[in-house]
Amino acid sequence: MRSKRNGRAGSGPPADVSNRSTASPPYLLQLFSWAAIALVFVPALLGTFYMLLMAFSGGEGPLQAFTVLFQVPGIATSIGLSLWIGLVATAFSVLVTALFFAAFAHTRLISVLSGLIRPLLAIPHAAAAFGMLFLVAPSGFLMRLATPVTGFVHPPDWLLVNDSAGLSLAAGLALKEVPFLFFVVLAALPQIDRRLTVTAATLGYGRIWGFTLSAFPSLYAQIRLPIIAVIAYSTSSVDMAMILGPQLPPVLSVQILRLMNDPDLSLRTAAAAGAIVQLGVTALAIGLWLLAEKAVARLFRDLATRGIRLRADGAVRSAILIVAAWTFLVTYIGLVLLLLWSVAATWRFPDLFPSRFTLDGWTAPGSDLIELVWRSAALGIVSALAGTLMAVGALELEYRRGRVIGRGGWLSLYLPLLLPQIVFVSGLSFLFLRLGWDANFLAVAAVHLVFVFPYVYLTLAAPWHHFDNRYLDIARSLGKSPLMALVRIRLPILLAPLLTAAALGFAVSIAQYLPTLLIGAGRLPTLTTEAVALSSGGNRRLIGVYALLQAFLPFVIFALAGLIPRLVWRNRLGLVSAVREPSRQSA
Amino acid sequence: MLARGFVRLTAFVLLMLAAAHAFAADADPDPADWPAVLEEARGQTVYWYAWGGAQNINDYISWVGERVSDEYGVTLEQVKVSETASLVTRVLSEKQAGRNDGGAVDLVWINGENFKAMKEAGLLLPYSWSTSLPNYALTDFENKPVLSRDFTEPVDGLESPWGTAQFTFYCDSASLPEPPRNLDALKAYIHAHPGRFTYAAPPNFIGTTFLKQVLLGLADDRSILSRPVDEADFDKVTAPLWAWLDDVTPDLWRSGAVYAADTTQLKTLLADDEIDIAMTFNPGEASSAISEGILPDTVRSFVLDYGSIGNAHFVAIPFNANAKAGAMVVANFLLSPEAQARKADESLWGDPTVLAYAKLDADGKARFDMLQRGLATLGPDESGAVLNEPDSSWTNAIEAEWARRFGAAR
Repeated sequence: MRSKRNGRAGSGPPADVSNRSTASPPYLLQLFSWAAIALVFVPALLGTFYMLLMAFSGGEGPLQAFTVLFQVPGIATSIGLSLWIGLVATAFSVLVTALFFAAFAHTRLISVLSGLIRPLLAIPHAAAAFGMLFLVAPSGFLMRLATPVTGFVHPPDWLLVNDSAGLSLAAGLALKEVPFLFFVVLAALPQIDRRLTVTAATLGYGRIWGFTLSAFPSLYAQIRLPIIAVIAYSTSSVDMAMILGPQLPPVLSVQILRLMNDPDLSLRTAAAAGAIVQLGVTALAIGLWLLAEKAVARLFRDLATRGIRLRADGAVRSAILIVAAWTFLVTYIGLVLLLLWSVAATWRFPDLFPSRFTLDGWTAPGSDLIELVWRSAALGIVSALAGTLMAVGALELEYRRGRVIGRGGWLSLYLPLLLPQIVFVSGLSFLFLRLGWDANFLAVAAVHLVFVFPYVYLTLAAPWHHFDNRYLDIARSLGKSPLMALVRIRLPILLAPLLTAAALGFAVSIAQYLPTLLIGAGRLPTLTTEAVALSSGGNRRLIGVYALLQAFLPFVIFALAGLIPRLVWRNRLGLVSAVREPSRQSA
Repeated sequence: MLARGFVRLTAFVLLMLAAAHAFAADADPDPADWPAVLEEARGQTVYWYAWGGAQNINDYISWVGERVSDEYGVTLEQVKVSETASLVTRVLSEKQAGRNDGGAVDLVWINGENFKAMKEAGLLLPYSWSTSLPNYALTDFENKPVLSRDFTEPVDGLESPWGTAQFTFYCDSASLPEPPRNLDALKAYIHAHPGRFTYAAPPNFIGTTFLKQVLLGLADDRSILSRPVDEADFDKVTAPLWAWLDDVTPDLWRSGAVYAADTTQLKTLLADDEIDIAMTFNPGEASSAISEGILPDTVRSFVLDYGSIGNAHFVAIPFNANAKAGAMVVANFLLSPEAQARKADESLWGDPTVLAYAKLDADGKARFDMLQRGLATLGPDESGAVLNEPDSSWTNAIEAEWARRFGAAR
């Protein structure tokens, strides 16, 4: 039973599992598993190295690319913005999530809300950003709602989105990061000894303060790696920054993309130099975070010994609930606004609702739309299936070798999530171009897989490790081969988590903007690339259509993933619910 | 038996591959031998990299796709780009990577500085092809110098004309019956109505064109602008432009911290009543938006009294295009009276034609006779003088200086 306890849902590297060392696994399986790791690890490193190479050898002198980079107007501001937005978005998201759990851990509210929040994981960043844009822009829904009070006859000239400080971008990032962290914490929570908070309560501590002092330190250790991935993402996001971010100058990642697209060649090496700087910015942000961790830990150790109880925290708890609920609600309201815009013919300010409706947005793009949906779905299905297959292979190998991957394995899995996309995906795109591999479906799917596989693996690992291996022992003792035991026993029992993991992989693939754009050379447009391309154009009817479809596809797949086990196992309900694990998804 | 079959199959596949390779290495298509071009084009897929920011234009391009597929068996795929410069980079990267055939880009929508950049870097199909297209004879090249000189750069048959454009403003006449007609009046309007005017951020073409339009209005001697920028004292010539912009910027929409992205966003901002005046390169844009229901029917176009920049836009074929013959077939179709009349239809797009009405046959004339000028479109007597584009070298210089001064907003 040790293996069952240790195969934990948290995110730290699990310790050695058991002494289940059987004969050495077949070479094919080993090869397969290595290939899986390599498929994630190698492209990430290769792309990064290629960027390094370009940055330091592209110009006339080794540092010329950097000289050119630092002559780009506003580049220092861009760098500062990326650092600042990354830290603010992460700090806000972690704070909201931590306070929420401090206030409501082990209450029914958590399970009620988790049903509401789970779908948010599947919503692509771009769709969430557009929804928020339609809500909070000066001509957005909130402003329209407020006109009876404000008396505005036309939208105020306020910088509510694309603000120079990047606060709207940070808020947009938080919309996706809070749900992500919510599920990360939810998965880690069962491993925190409840007696800690109970003891704190009996000592007279208020709920929030008691949880913070007793349970949070060990909880934090479990969720640290996902938080670092959130920092990496927030300092370097491209699609959200194009929609909500500051423009003059933009954040560093968007500036790099602009430089890459400039016909002036010397600027391309500057883009490579920018990518190296981006790497530094992300590393610096993570470093600052780790320093802040220490400072906060010291502060709390100090406060903990003061005996402050903070008993009456009812008002604070309500406030936390309101803030947290807003971060969830904004996305949902945004989806409704996307739907309204997609059918709006005329919707002038300050009308609350469109005055004329049309289905043109849905019918006019006609064959285009079908092709986009089809290509997006095909990329998602191919990369999700491949990712699931690879994850099963890797996990089966772990099982047969009797140990799980170590710290190195975890880091290599997390590598694509820790390295800024703009760095290694751009490097990969230059490399692929040179090799003539770009602009085809398989290349794009393969690069999607780099991001899909880690999420599928991380989602599937927990239920896999939770699996009661005695079922397999029985199968083996009845003379079945290990392969048969896998195919006939383990996989059917794990059907629900397998499908959930695959659905998550699909959602990750759908959301990919930069890999699709750069590796596909624009020739393989998907709902995501088209929606982001439209963000410059301001055709809100079409943005509504594309963003809604983009959010809808993963919904459908998740619904199927939930439905199929119920149908297949309608006479074995235990299999439907017992092994379901909270899933994790991209920040 | 099976093994022999396999060997045969392999031999056949190899033979086909060799044939395909020989075919690929074949000479580039020559539009003078049009039937051969048509034959080669059949079955090809043409990837057309075209600005994708306006749905009516994208719809038009899909229609072109349907037509060339029906008529010539050419499959057309629009690759929507947000800045044409990015595809110049794309082709340049391919050239650097040594990809001399089978490139990703078959056809590009282009003009001005991007055309010049591609021409100078040897990124275009390196021989005169456009003037040999069958439909080129119908174009009004005798009377429209913009068809043979693109921003003063000789076209040399390296790109095929598609449409013409004139820089045009539009506003809602219900709230602004007497729009400003010169730069002083525009400046006064901006100051009197803070936050109600903006332009697109260069290097977006409409933003850059607005700067050039202002420069043309303020320059002492416009002829300097038609020569390359390095023959002029850039700082001295453009000083009035920057002074004008410095003056108005604090009163622009969002105080100049954010600009519109392109013409479509300007239109949306006007529709949202966030700004009072929008600008476009398409004289039929306002009418087209009225018929789409995006803008109220009180919107009207206007121009400044010293004239408006006019130019032409083209399609070109990269040197390493994969489907050159197919691209030529598309370019030729774009010049057909059918395609040109549909493009000029303001309920669909409203982009002025490059054809000469007098050269068309009865059927072609009838297609244009059916078109009606939209509510908001200026008549020939109202649209004022056409100003020539400055030499294309000014474009990059102005964009770079704008980025230096305004690109990192205050």
